[in-house]
Amino acid sequence: MTMRLFIARDAGAVAVGADDVALAFEQAAARRGIEIEIVRTGSRGLYWLEPLVEVATPQGRVAFGPVTPTDAPFLLEAIISDGPHPLRLGITEEIPWLRRQTRLTFARCGVIDPRSVDDYRAHGGYKGLERALTLGADAILADVTTSGLRGRGGAGFPTGIKWRTVALASGTRKYIVCNADEGDSGTFADRMIMEGDPFVVIEGMTIAGVAVGASKGYIYIRSEYPHAVQAMNTAISAAKGAGYLGAGIGGSSHSFDLEVRVGAGAYVCGEETSLLESLEGRRGIVRAKPPLPAHQGLFGKPTVINNVLSFAAIPFILAGGAKAYADFGMGRSRGTMPIQLAGNIRYGGLFETAFGITLGELVDDIGGGTLTGRAVRAVQVGGPLGAYFPRALFDTPFDYEAFAARDGLIGHGGIVVFDDSVDMAKQARFAMEFCAVESCGKCTPCRIGSTRGVETIDKIRRGERVAENIAVVEDLCNTMKFGSLCALGGFTPYPVMSALKHFKDDFGPATHLQAAE
Amino acid sequence: MTAPYEPWDATRGAEIIAEHTGLEGATLVILHALQETFGHVPEPAIPMVASALNLSRAEVYGVFTFYHDFRKRPAGRHVLKLCRAEACQAAGGEVLAARAEARLGVALGDTTADQRVTLEPIYCLGLCATAPSAMLDGRVVGRLDEARIDALVAEAQR
Ligand SMILES: Cc1cc2nc3c(=O)[nH]c(=O)nc-3n(C[C@H](O)[C@H](O)[C@H](O)COP(=O)(O)O)c2cc1C
Ligand code: SF4
Ligand code: FES
Repeated sequence: MTMRLFIARDAGAVAVGADDVALAFEQAAARRGIEIEIVRTGSRGLYWLEPLVEVATPQGRVAFGPVTPTDAPFLLEAIISDGPHPLRLGITEEIPWLRRQTRLTFARCGVIDPRSVDDYRAHGGYKGLERALTLGADAILADVTTSGLRGRGGAGFPTGIKWRTVALASGTRKYIVCNADEGDSGTFADRMIMEGDPFVVIEGMTIAGVAVGASKGYIYIRSEYPHAVQAMNTAISAAKGAGYLGAGIGGSSHSFDLEVRVGAGAYVCGEETSLLESLEGRRGIVRAKPPLPAHQGLFGKPTVINNVLSFAAIPFILAGGAKAYADFGMGRSRGTMPIQLAGNIRYGGLFETAFGITLGELVDDIGGGTLTGRAVRAVQVGGPLGAYFPRALFDTPFDYEAFAARDGLIGHGGIVVFDDSVDMAKQARFAMEFCAVESCGKCTPCRIGSTRGVETIDKIRRGERVAENIAVVEDLCNTMKFGSLCALGGFTPYPVMSALKHFKDDFGPATHLQAAE
Repeated sequence: MTAPYEPWDATRGAEIIAEHTGLEGATLVILHALQETFGHVPEPAIPMVASALNLSRAEVYGVFTFYHDFRKRPAGRHVLKLCRAEACQAAGGEVLAARAEARLGVALGDTTADQRVTLEPIYCLGLCATAPSAMLDGRVVGRLDEARIDALVAEAQR
């Protein structure tokens, strides 16, 4: 019987040698004269164990990791003889880090072959669309609303309301746009799902098309993600071939087509109106709202624009899971959130769980603290526009409102851990610098204020009139917060002000900190 | 090794442009395609794109300059991108970036005098759980340490 192995083709796994490991297994098997089949899956998201190698057994998949190419021959022997091996982790699904999760959106990621529609269907794929096609627009919208799903791109806007607005907008041409610009540092869930289960994104977008009456969709993927671009293009072709895209999808009267477009290295193009400008072939200058994209979006037509994870949550919801989805979570944050643990962290990766888990549980229990073994000093939640939280705030539950109440945001769900060698004045400076570089230039507070911010923090770090200059930074932050059109200028004050508030000792002559540089 | 780029050729440029003019909002698609072929967006291509899409030159030029990806000049033979965003900072990326700069004798953003290596910052590759990260000519590398960065630099210099 052919031995079936599973090794990720996910960029995060490839970056630590998954391709070399796959090759080593092929060679070892050839030398041993046994037949193996290597399925290149997405990643399970347990990145400290990548490259992870799984083997199919009657009891389920058994995992080994992290595997190096030199491990391959012995590991192959251990698999054949069902003997012990130091890298053996047991049944994959039983690994506590995975078992503790509630994987609704990521249920198939790392399990299926991301190029195969059949495999997707064999694991429950397209059940949501099939049901949606029998339900019709109104009932689809009702399900999305019932689920309580809020946009996973950062702003947390209720998806059901957005879709209904587009459904009610008049016009024969409407668009579905998937925001796959994922520019936030510390986030990679969009990338993972596009590489590991691209059909779930396609299915979610298709359901949106059916719900609002749109027949064309675009997926705007950042250029830093070539693997995701390739995975999505491959999956789109496969879906077309299987009749799930194009005319008469799934045997219905609906048509839906998808196209991937690639960004060009501008962070601001993740902002929805900037993204639409970019898709139209222009500079990514943010548009004033109103009009909302739901009324006048891409090429002036009513447009649903959602994050990758928002679309990826839809198939579960439409497959009869609306109520089940809403049963998870806390307060107004319903369902699960694919949380990404990153930076200086021992167990980094993707942890999908119901809202409500505390920041401390995520960083200490699940993340295992820092990789360097030093104390955790700060964590930045929600990307470059998110606040830095000290240990004292680790009781904050992962919930949109709870983070907002503490002058932070959960954004796209990225958590970046820093140890005690971090210089928080430097991080504040970086936030300002990033804003200055990435500003679209439309508003003065964002464009000029951020540059002034960098200069002023530099003065503070040199020890020049520290108290006065801190007041200047606070003032600049206020101006940016209230005088910016979008969250790039408007939220850059979060990392800056939180650093100032919680780590004030770092703002002064940078003496004790130079050692860490 | 990056694909060897073709020297600028107006006929070839026109072909590439024509391939995509039918798309909605084709400007970025065309600029990407030109850069893939020629290694940069050659100046004479700008007015050609403009007339093909019925736009002004200024408009196309404005798009070209807005995005960090588009190059005025070809890069070195190899492009080494080092992630400088927060997760990679937290994992010690700054020291490694300085090390690469010292080894190559150029600052981030510059190309070595022998035109072999362009060293660039990049802001997140989505590999933040195996930080610090880099990309050498499209190949992703995670869990960088001194040995790995030295090996990458050496590979780029070859
Ligand atoms: C500067 C900036 C960058 C953003 N980047 C992204 C991004 O990369 N991906 C994303 O989905 N949303 C991003 N957003 C949020 C989008 O503007 C928008 O809220 C989102 O696409 C809506 O989809 P959702 O409701 O599904 O979250 C960004 C916003 C700002 C201001
Ligand atoms: S806040 Fe900054 S990025 Fe946003 S619209 Fe204004 S200038 Fe552009
Ligand atoms: S911050 Fe470096 S890969 Fe994400």
